[in-house]
Amino acid sequence: MDFEMTHEQTLIVEQVRRFVRDEVVPLEADLDPDASRLEPEDHARLVAMTREMGLYGLGIPPEFGGPDVDIVTQTLIAIETSQHRAGLYSPCFGAFGGAGLAQLYEANDDQKQRYLFPTLRGEKRGFFGLTEPSGGSDPARAIRTKAVRDGDDWVINGSKIFISGADVADFGIVFARTDASKGRGGVTCFIVDADMPGFHVRRVVHTLRSGHYGTELQFEDVRVPHANVLGEVNQGFTIANDRLTRQRIPYAAGCLGAAIRAQAMSIEYAKQRETFGAALSSRQAIQWMVVDNEIDIRTARWATLAAASKAQRGEPFRAEAAMAKLLASEGASRVVDRAIQIHGGYGVTKDFPFERWYREMRIRRIGEGPSEVQRIVMARELFDQALY
Amino acid sequence: MTNVRLDKPWRDLTAENVARLAGELGVYHLGDAESHVVRIGYAGGRSLFGLRGELQAALAAGEGVRFRTEVTAQYLSRYEELLMVHVADHHGLPIGNAAEARRRIGRLSPG
Repeated sequence: MDFEMTHEQTLIVEQVRRFVRDEVVPLEADLDPDASRLEPEDHARLVAMTREMGLYGLGIPPEFGGPDVDIVTQTLIAIETSQHRAGLYSPCFGAFGGAGLAQLYEANDDQKQRYLFPTLRGEKRGFFGLTEPSGGSDPARAIRTKAVRDGDDWVINGSKIFISGADVADFGIVFARTDASKGRGGVTCFIVDADMPGFHVRRVVHTLRSGHYGTELQFEDVRVPHANVLGEVNQGFTIANDRLTRQRIPYAAGCLGAAIRAQAMSIEYAKQRETFGAALSSRQAIQWMVVDNEIDIRTARWATLAAASKAQRGEPFRAEAAMAKLLASEGASRVVDRAIQIHGGYGVTKDFPFERWYREMRIRRIGEGPSEVQRIVMARELFDQALY
Repeated sequence: MTNVRLDKPWRDLTAENVARLAGELGVYHLGDAESHVVRIGYAGGRSLFGLRGELQAALAAGEGVRFRTEVTAQYLSRYEELLMVHVADHHGLPIGNAAEARRRIGRLSPG
């Protein structure tokens, strides 16, 4: 399979690369090394630039106002936008916008008016509430939050954990069990307004990422109108699963971007740094680290673009997305680890981005489904059956 | 699990007490004579001499008369949490953090 970029893709990638180098990286010099957001004025200035570039709102379907950029090109852009210190989890500090909550594109007209369009206009924020304390890798069975029908409402009780952005959100997409007798066929997706009585953000969950946190949520008799059921009753897992699969491609691309940057910095450093009278780059031990980095990067890049290509052609890409996520998150972790080794003591200081990437890469091997789940997804396809 | 509130004993904001602090990453409260929090701050990756440096600067600026600290590598998320807890407890930000009102501070029900 040939992944040579088209002329248009090359121009876009070069444009984004300049934007990252000239506009984003310089801002980080004045930010805390763990920062995940910009001052509002700086953010607004960058957003104005990406709008001018015609690239704001990547991931938003064109019929909803997003740019008409195909999935492969979006993936190439995602590889570029993550090539700075905060880029792994805050690519360009959100200057390219986000897709919002992709599930809302499947909402009915009333729900789109109340939630999707205000979100796209930047007037409302939402969160994605799937994972629970009982487990995240098998959400279809781990979901214990219950929703019980009561007249025109549903009453939700339970808890969620590791939920990003719930504390500042106006609403959330919340998955709850509506039929205890069924596994993945007994989960329904609800749109829950965050100001409803009984909705609580109980605590901040601190992680390896200092600049970002999850939250633990509690639902105590939260009443949600039936009009806020997203999709069909008991079909919520289909919505969740589709999101999980799609998200794995940009997730892999983000890992790749940081790895590519770490590799470039390592090569540059190895050329300049001397030990025992010779440049590090002349040492076979260092050369092999750099070569192993390149193997990890190229392998993950091929897998990621292969998954994006299949998605773009409208073919099933679940196993490919799983493979891309696995290869990119594990390979990039090794690349950053070797980059630290090459940089020696400097590698673990906050003067360089490696220690942040090292911490955040560890999370990447768990987030959006751990490596073991990616292998299960691929195994299911190889055996052509549900293994569990 | 971290205690949600920073409720360590207050210490007087003096040069002697601040000099005893290590140069570590973390968060802190500055308080007035009645132990009301006047500012929540953090010592991050760019803070010279960590908590000691931040509190020396506060002392020099005459901010508050008491302080208390918590050493943590998760200084940014802990800082956010302390802002959220303060808003939950006092329905507003400390006077020294008024500039943070330009953005949305998280909503927390710490119980």
